[in-house]
Amino acid sequence: MTASAVVRADELAASYGPAEVWSGANFEIGPGELVVVLGPNGAGKSTLLRLLLGLVSPAAGRLEVLGSTPRRGNPHIGYVPQARPVEAETAFRGLDLVRLGLDGHRFGLPVGRRAAREARARVAEAVAAVGAERYAGRRIGQLSGGERQRLWLAQALVGKPDLLLLDEPLASLDLRAQAAMAELVGELARELSLSVVLVAHDLNPLRHVVDRVCYVAAGKVMIGEPEKVVTTEVLSELYQAPVEVLVDSRGRRFVVGIDEELAHPHSHGESERR
Amino acid sequence: MTAALYSLSWNLVRDFQQMWEFSFMRNALEAGTVVSVVAGIVGYFVVLRRSSFAAHALSHVGFAGGAGAALLVVSPLWGLLGFCVGAAVVMGAMGQRLRDRDVVIGIVLMFSLGLGYLFINLYTGNSADVYSILFGQIFGIAANDVLVTLAVGLASLLALAALYRPLLFASVDPEVAEARRVPVSFVSVAFMVIVGVAVAVSVQVVGVLLIFALLVAPAAAAERLSARPAGAIALSVAIALVCTWTGLLLGFYYTPPVSFFITSLATFFYLASRGAGRLLVGLRR
Repeated sequence: MTASAVVRADELAASYGPAEVWSGANFEIGPGELVVVLGPNGAGKSTLLRLLLGLVSPAAGRLEVLGSTPRRGNPHIGYVPQARPVEAETAFRGLDLVRLGLDGHRFGLPVGRRAAREARARVAEAVAAVGAERYAGRRIGQLSGGERQRLWLAQALVGKPDLLLLDEPLASLDLRAQAAMAELVGELARELSLSVVLVAHDLNPLRHVVDRVCYVAAGKVMIGEPEKVVTTEVLSELYQAPVEVLVDSRGRRFVVGIDEELAHPHSHGESERR
Repeated sequence: MTAALYSLSWNLVRDFQQMWEFSFMRNALEAGTVVSVVAGIVGYFVVLRRSSFAAHALSHVGFAGGAGAALLVVSPLWGLLGFCVGAAVVMGAMGQRLRDRDVVIGIVLMFSLGLGYLFINLYTGNSADVYSILFGQIFGIAANDVLVTLAVGLASLLALAALYRPLLFASVDPEVAEARRVPVSFVSVAFMVIVGVAVAVSVQVVGVLLIFALLVAPAAAAERLSARPAGAIALSVAIALVCTWTGLLLGFYYTPPVSFFITSLATFFYLASRGAGRLLVGLRR
């Protein structure tokens, strides 16, 4: 167990309201590591992110993030929630969105010319890091899903975090945008030695950048290298049901045999969001 | 309304000088200016947060306040402020969850309209007072009310300046704002109170029924003309000011009421901005 772990969970359990979602999670995430969180809807993937953010408390066990108990407002954590639609005419630009990540939590009006120049430079730097210079000045409501997702990523990066939490950043993107986003996140993790915890539905677009996979299913959490976790044996054991993992010639893994009932163990609509 | 004695010369300096000779006109211009600035700025956030229904409901709450004040023979402004701010706190606190919001606003709206109806029933005075609450009474604003409008207007703008960044954050990006320790619930209740104050002072100018003319239409037009928050806010204030000043000028020299001119201009600006917005997008392509 290394001393420099960015996240450390010890017999961690999570609950959603009175119901326990999962328990007995033991894992560490190291600096610069990219972990993809997989699992069916409602299994508690977003809950894991909310635990790391300090928005909910563990039901049991211990959780350490960047050396201390998770707390809301930790400036060393960047967070991008699931994408929501934005009205096209909203008077708010990508640049304004990124700027919120810098000082949006501060009360009062920003003062001072030097501070303003510095803030502009930081925003421009974050925008450049995600390659969004071309459209950062446009209204967020008029951007494509992929463009907007990059700006949200820039907002999370502008505070220079050590840990990046991304909730379904590939959802509702087309295949090319998914691949580009995956490549960008991998590049950022490498160059900035950022630890990344990324919730996804499908591992395949991320298979070139993922270090370890964290499977959240059937009340348990299992973490390890993809080729060790996403296998017929491990997933069958995890789901307590016959599951088969097929690997194609390009290394893509397909999980088959999870019926609807298993895939949505508690499918009461919004449980995944909160 | 004073058209019998004066007519619009289209020499705007002389026209304004002529209007300025009347104390009711001075009060109207001063209060109208303060209200337009406040409503223009607050309106940007009302439109950004898509809370026009809340603004609409608060204005009807103001109806109960104005009617109650008439019953107690105090200035309607006090009734407006009391009811609007009180209702804003209830709506902000009980309507935190999106699912509850419209219902809570609707219940507050319903109850206060019932209350307003009761107050009118008990009121034995002039029915013109009821009309002035519904459609505005800009030419009837007392000098003291101008001072109160200025004071509460400034206070709400100061509060808005303090909340500016967290309010933007919580409006555009509530989940990240919450994670970054922005007190999202407090910010939304505080903003509702600011809307309550803006509605209360605006009702004096355009009345309960026409509140959108100052609180929504200028901001909705501005939103389409500028992509930057600061730019949209500045434009929103400018449009609200033009609507109010022009409305007062025309209302002074011609027979139709000021509120009619203001609402017509606000509608014109909104429609024009839709056209201009489409043109801007077209040119960029």
